Amino acid sequence: MNVVKISLANLKEKKLNSFLSALLLTLGIGMISLLLLLNKQLDEQFRRNIRGIDMVVGAKGSPLQLILSSIYQIDAPTGNVLLAEVDALRKNPFVKTVIPLSMGDSYQGFRIVGTTLKYIEHFQAKISQGQLYNASMEVTIGSKVAAVSQLKIGDTFASSHGLDAEGEAHKEKKYKVTGIFEANGSVVDQLILTRLSSVWDVHAHEDEGTGKHEEHDDHEESEAGKQVTSALIQFRNPMGLMTIPRQINDNTSMQAALPSIEINRLFSLLGVGIETLRALALIIISIAGISVFISLYNSLKERKYEMALMLSMGATRTRLFLMLLLEGLMLAVIGYFAGIILSRAGLWLFSKAAEQDFHYSLRKFTILPEEIYLFFVALFIGFLASALPSLGIYKLNISRTLAEE
Amino acid sequence: MISSTNLRFSYSPQKKFSFPDIQCKDKETLLILGQSGKGKTTLLHLLALLLQPETGQISIAERPVTNLSPEEVTKIRAKNIGIIYQKPHFVSSLSVLDNILLSNYLADRKENIHKARLLAEKLGFAEHLPKKTSQLSQGEQQRVSIARALMNEPNVILADEPTSSLDDSNTQNVITLLKEQSASIGASLIVVTHDQRLKDEFSNQVHL
Repeated sequence: MNVVKISLANLKEKKLNSFLSALLLTLGIGMISLLLLLNKQLDEQFRRNIRGIDMVVGAKGSPLQLILSSIYQIDAPTGNVLLAEVDALRKNPFVKTVIPLSMGDSYQGFRIVGTTLKYIEHFQAKISQGQLYNASMEVTIGSKVAAVSQLKIGDTFASSHGLDAEGEAHKEKKYKVTGIFEANGSVVDQLILTRLSSVWDVHAHEDEGTGKHEEHDDHEESEAGKQVTSALIQFRNPMGLMTIPRQINDNTSMQAALPSIEINRLFSLLGVGIETLRALALIIISIAGISVFISLYNSLKERKYEMALMLSMGATRTRLFLMLLLEGLMLAVIGYFAGIILSRAGLWLFSKAAEQDFHYSLRKFTILPEEIYLFFVALFIGFLASALPSLGIYKLNISRTLAEE
Repeated sequence: MISSTNLRFSYSPQKKFSFPDIQCKDKETLLILGQSGKGKTTLLHLLALLLQPETGQISIAERPVTNLSPEEVTKIRAKNIGIIYQKPHFVSSLSVLDNILLSNYLADRKENIHKARLLAEKLGFAEHLPKKTSQLSQGEQQRVSIARALMNEPNVILADEPTSSLDDSNTQNVITLLKEQSASIGASLIVVTHDQRLKDEFSNQVHL
């Protein structure tokens, strides 16, 4: 026999009350923990992919859409711009690199992106098998693409028009897989990369139906008259930020979007929702605390005689106080761990949905440092909610209580 | 053995009690009879050290026990006094067996399951040990509380109206058990009651 055993027996005796208190705590903790996890992982995913990209240029439209489509590959592109216009930016002394992107086709929902070697360099993608594409219509695929589509080196496939899996297939021209990238957590994992010329080739065939467009030049960036979807720009120094975006927006048919500004705007929009959910979670946790308080307060009133009895049998008031405190703390611990498990289940479901729609996965189930603080918050709530009613044990009149009933 | 001299107690200036001196040697029994309002429970609580007398002395096992600190009083009570209350009360979440063992635990003694089983067999509720106390009848519950009072082999057993809610045959049963068991551990037995059925069971009597 010990205090823990008696406390547990008391919790079991009031199964429904204990269940309600633990359930409320579970929900509150689970929500907060899920928000922490999502916030952290989304933030990581978003920040990792914009690192080093100072500006994106593309067709006029929504700047956020341009960023989402060009950097994260999760929204439709805004349209096409002339490659010549993009290339003109190279002459600007503030511009360090220009990485043109051409997209519009996909395979099994994975986007085929025509680009230059700079793109691969930028995301530090390394080849794990095979080699990098070397000619038009050759592709190197990201690790997730390889895992899901089961494509192997040497396989050929026909791309489909559009960015979802149901697009019409370009049957005449087939891509050939020459290599697979290592998984590195960046957007490259979910892309099929090829030369810019491949994308032009596929669509040239569509449009004209004749003629060969085998391009062998190594200067595909300098192609004139061709179109690309957008370009990622790096500046040589921050002065570029001050002048170039305005120049582009005012003097060209393109628009310039700054990833850091757009992503901050996106997060502040999401932030309202996250704040609301967090407030809701805090309210639920407070109600859980009140529920523990009320159920202990009531059971203490019912058990007043039991307490007096135990005191007359030699228990000290402090021992009984600890016993009652333990009931609240045990509920808090149960609620905390159930909440942490619940949040992982929630994250798993969320990740499944996100993978289906965007090919992003959010699968880090480790305990966050904030969640350790959360544990102490839960303990504190359990402590407060059980200590307040349990203090009554110090005022209990043993003789009167025993005589009254 | 327990004895008291010149005990007085008052709840308020209008409600004062002064009690006759009491003495009950080891293995002896004493019946304290009185109508309601005569201070029976007050006297029992004074003897059980649950109340502090205004004046007077109590000694248990020939040791004076008045004017001690609350911690000392709690220890002495746990070690020397077994109390049986009018209505048997238990820790409702625990089983019958755990309720009996609770007196060992709260008195900081080793839990003696063997002894608990032995007492349960003697008092006739061995088959109820794993049950919750609320599943037992009144008579059975009273026998469980006798077992609980005996667990620490106290020097004094105090019973407050132990038979008031029992029928005649259960009353007879409980009183016989009380006498037998307190004699077997050499304790003094004091029964406080207004139950006239017990008058002929005790040779030593005090009337309030």
